[in-house]
Amino acid sequence: MVVAPERSRLRGPAIYEGTRIPHPTPTVLTVPPDVQATGDVMQVNFGPNHPSTHGVLRLVVDLYGEDVVGLAAVIGYLHTGFEKNMEQKTWWKCVTYPERIDYVSFQNNEYVFVAAVEKLLDLKIPKKAVWMRMLMCELNRLHSHLVWLGTSALELGAISMFWYAFRERDQILDLFELVTGYRMHTRYFQIGGLAEDIPRGFYPEARKFCDWMPHAIDDYETLLTRNKIWLERTEGIGLLSAQDAIALGQSGPVLRASGVDWDTRRDEPYLAYDQVDFRVPVYPEGDVYARYRVHMEEMRQSVRIVEQCLDRLEKMEGEPWIADDRKVVLPPRHELHTSMESLIHHFKIVTEGFRVPEGEVYVAIESPRGELGCYICSDGGPKPWRVKFRAPSFVALEATATCMTDALIADMIAVVGSLDSVMGEVDR
Amino acid sequence: MPGLLEVVEAHRELTLVVDPAELVAACTHLRDEHGFGFLSDITAVDYLGWGERGVSGYLGTAGGRDLNTPMTQGLQATPQAKPKRFAMNYHLLALLRERPRRIRVQTFLDDGEPVPSVVYVWPTADWHEREAFDMMGIRVDGHPNLRRILMDDDWEGHPLRKDYPLGGEPVRFSGEE
Repeated sequence: MVVAPERSRLRGPAIYEGTRIPHPTPTVLTVPPDVQATGDVMQVNFGPNHPSTHGVLRLVVDLYGEDVVGLAAVIGYLHTGFEKNMEQKTWWKCVTYPERIDYVSFQNNEYVFVAAVEKLLDLKIPKKAVWMRMLMCELNRLHSHLVWLGTSALELGAISMFWYAFRERDQILDLFELVTGYRMHTRYFQIGGLAEDIPRGFYPEARKFCDWMPHAIDDYETLLTRNKIWLERTEGIGLLSAQDAIALGQSGPVLRASGVDWDTRRDEPYLAYDQVDFRVPVYPEGDVYARYRVHMEEMRQSVRIVEQCLDRLEKMEGEPWIADDRKVVLPPRHELHTSMESLIHHFKIVTEGFRVPEGEVYVAIESPRGELGCYICSDGGPKPWRVKFRAPSFVALEATATCMTDALIADMIAVVGSLDSVMGEVDR
Repeated sequence: MPGLLEVVEAHRELTLVVDPAELVAACTHLRDEHGFGFLSDITAVDYLGWGERGVSGYLGTAGGRDLNTPMTQGLQATPQAKPKRFAMNYHLLALLRERPRRIRVQTFLDDGEPVPSVVYVWPTADWHEREAFDMMGIRVDGHPNLRRILMDDDWEGHPLRKDYPLGGEPVRFSGEE
């Protein structure tokens, strides 16, 4: 009989030695023949429509009593063909698509696409846009982690967490609305910079939020960090060793909760992350609780980064927010009434699009979920030849089988929640 | 390095073009000798019609205009020809804090030509290769579970191929006979 190992409850778990990745298929847990022979294995469909699957994820689970002995993830229910769609649109119109791929970390997805196009164009971005992009990405990281915290805790029965987390999430959405006019899917980053200047009144509102947020995180931690039920549900569950995490391509909070000290923001700095001071939390335990701790600490660090961005931005009043390259960037609105040249540029960019030099690039950033990559290939024309997103959620779900080795059915909710996948991004 | 055909450096990125027959040996070498223990991504690209048809023109014209028709602006330069129809790109990362490095391993394939699986070099390749098979119809040899991943199991065709019809799914309206 297969029995889940005794957990060192409330004493901190021990990470396993060696590898637990299933063989031959790394993402499918197969039922051992001796268990299958007992005739007591029951196959259960978890999903695709289930409140705690974060979208439409289907897990085919083989149960032997309460033990999970077999598991295979089935995805694709939310496949909408974003990558094919983007091949039919001009570069300029493509910007709205990446945000909708991951509808929780929209700002980061938007950034990675514009950054890839800018890399092909070799475009220089004004300083103000760099810092504002960083600020928006960090606010978005907070937003994404809050959604994660609220829903994951809700799934494990801590319903009040959901209301607290969504209270602060709403404040962030209000800030997005103040800057961009939209609460989600803002399309605020343009190729070349920002769509609009930062409105007056944003800085004091953002300051207010930054002053409040650390207290809110203290509240969450008071509710969960030493909560006995929470500890029992998360400690020692869903173990993933550092070696397995790297082999399975895990990134972001999952990787750092497995003890790998890697953060793209610090180790391959983009935007201006090399000019801000922040700490990268790393926990070696590799369980659901460690992932929770990484998320919480990252939220605190994000608030610090937002504050540092505000310090810089407040001194940049009146500076340009978008590159001055009329072949790529839309001319300022007021010029359209007075300048023929601007009108022509505007017309050309909107109808034909601009050309991006031939070539292929891969740009990777640290999205809230981990390494978010964008590969684009251009043939020199106004539409992308191929766009591909390296979706951290897609890769995170590959670890379900390894994390669920020797686990109980009730742990599955905690494990799938802790991997923090957004199905829109998994299926694209 | 085994099977290395060409080294390309463009846009501050390094690409190693590798013979598909030697792919697994090359990848194992890169992982063990050069520290590329982390496979970020696998991307398949279809180059059918690369540099032939118009990618210029107004959006109203389906498929753009022909590059060689007078009065179109056309491509500024015909893009460099690719040796075969498909390319598989493996984006690798060395998780070294002092000296992080990324490279792209690229291999070109004809339609139906198999590419060896790297799933036993990096287990994360499992779903990436299934996606390449599902979306582009790349035959991956030696993959333990090569099934469709995003589309239905009984789906016909590979949607990200350039010759896959757009709007390929006929829509029936309720008023129709």
